[in-house]
Amino acid sequence: MTDPQTPDDAQPQDQQRRILTPGSDLNPRREFLRSATLFTVTAGALGGGLELLTRRPGAGSAEAQSADPFARPARPLGPYDTKEAVTPYGQATTYNNFYELGLDKADPARLAASLKPRPWTVRLDGEVRKPQTVDIDTLQSWFPLEDRIYRMRCVEGWSMVMPWLGFPLAALIRRMEPTSKAKYVQFTALLDPKQLPGQRQAVLKWPYVEGLRLDEALHPLAFMAVGLHGRVLPGQNGAPLRLAVPWKYGFKGIKSIVRITLTSTQPQTTWALAAPSEYGFYANVNPAVPHPRWSQATERRIGELGRRKTLPFNGYADQVASLYKGMDLRKYF
Amino acid sequence: MPAVTAGGLLPAAVLVADALSGALGANPIQRATFQTGLLALTLLVLSLACTPLRLLTGWTWPARLRKTLGLLAFGYAALHFLIYLFDHGFSLTLMTEDVLERPFVTAGFTALLLLVPLALTSTPRAVRRLGFARWTRLHQLAYVSVSLAGLHYYWGVKKDHTSPLIYAGVIAALFLVRLLRRPAATRPRRVRAEPAPRAPR
Repeated sequence: MTDPQTPDDAQPQDQQRRILTPGSDLNPRREFLRSATLFTVTAGALGGGLELLTRRPGAGSAEAQSADPFARPARPLGPYDTKEAVTPYGQATTYNNFYELGLDKADPARLAASLKPRPWTVRLDGEVRKPQTVDIDTLQSWFPLEDRIYRMRCVEGWSMVMPWLGFPLAALIRRMEPTSKAKYVQFTALLDPKQLPGQRQAVLKWPYVEGLRLDEALHPLAFMAVGLHGRVLPGQNGAPLRLAVPWKYGFKGIKSIVRITLTSTQPQTTWALAAPSEYGFYANVNPAVPHPRWSQATERRIGELGRRKTLPFNGYADQVASLYKGMDLRKYF
Repeated sequence: MPAVTAGGLLPAAVLVADALSGALGANPIQRATFQTGLLALTLLVLSLACTPLRLLTGWTWPARLRKTLGLLAFGYAALHFLIYLFDHGFSLTLMTEDVLERPFVTAGFTALLLLVPLALTSTPRAVRRLGFARWTRLHQLAYVSVSLAGLHYYWGVKKDHTSPLIYAGVIAALFLVRLLRRPAATRPRRVRAEPAPRAPR
């Protein structure tokens, strides 16, 4: 049988065969060239794509794994400190969620240079007897600085142990002299796309706002951090002033605060506005209430491969559970 | 296509090298999960782009890459799932709970399951045994799988949905090309109905 069939006739079987089997009719040189080209293109595209996706400057592993350059001399542990191993400075400062400085966890460290923590003022106002604007250095000088080694549990299922330096939030609030109408504390972060380039994207409603009930804010664990690992707080960790509430998920710990307002009504907080079904106002660490997309029963401590059990209130239940007596924490998550 | 296979396996090698050198960062498991998932989706989309590319250009070479790309996609999806299992201590209880209770996981798991029969019937022998028509129908599951994988990606992203939406757009475009080109694809059937003109002996 001769070959010259009409193109139409050739289509069904021939095309199938051609699709399913490699073209063996090619001469070796052409086949080699084709293979080489395909290899280069595929390898280039996929390898390059992965390279782009995985490596970000700032995720420096050498620094993260080396001995902690800023380890502080041993001191007696305070009543609020955890004995657990502290997350090395390299990891604590290169694995950050700070959407104002980019969505990738390596972005904040990479872009933090644009954030200028001095000069910096903080507005203290709302239901207080002495509303005022105060320079950060003055504000800091009002209180003796304390070390606090706190666990930090992110809502995404990872955790760190952070050696903060700062002062109790309660001390600041008492100094602000709340009126009888004050029921909540609202924190507002810096709004300045020049310093925080991530704000050029409307990923979240800027500025970032967080809040606490007044009794939560007055709890001795609630802490204003100005330092980390005995150093001035780096930009990516929320310089020059941030909140640390260790029994709540990490996103409550608002960074780069410019305003603290006492209010009579519950503040509209950023993540609760962005995804009310996923992030509540209270955001207490609770292994019994899963995130819609993953269980909250376990977490990975940064630096470990496996997972560990998440504790109610992130292990601070003895201290804070009484704040929520009689509340349904599934509803007020 | 050994060249494409080698190229497609390169990211796996880079991933292993990155894992060993610590370049995956502070949370390497999460990074590896994310990378393998994205690679699986990308390769799946690429394999599904082969036919539209052939329809639009008339070239035959993309069609010959389709199977390799599809198998690579399955490989990365399986790796993605294995890393997930490792992360959950290979606990089938936790996995079942996740699959049943969280639509995000259900979508991803189903996308992977649907690829299993496709990978198993990827040999020429399987095509012969099933018959081309049935084999083709079975392999249309790839459309369902890529859609679910895209949805899994969309749900998995916390806030910025730009990238998942780009993937969704590409997937939609690939479907559209097929739909619009349907009449042309049915042409062979008409030809088959009529006796083919014999070449003179």
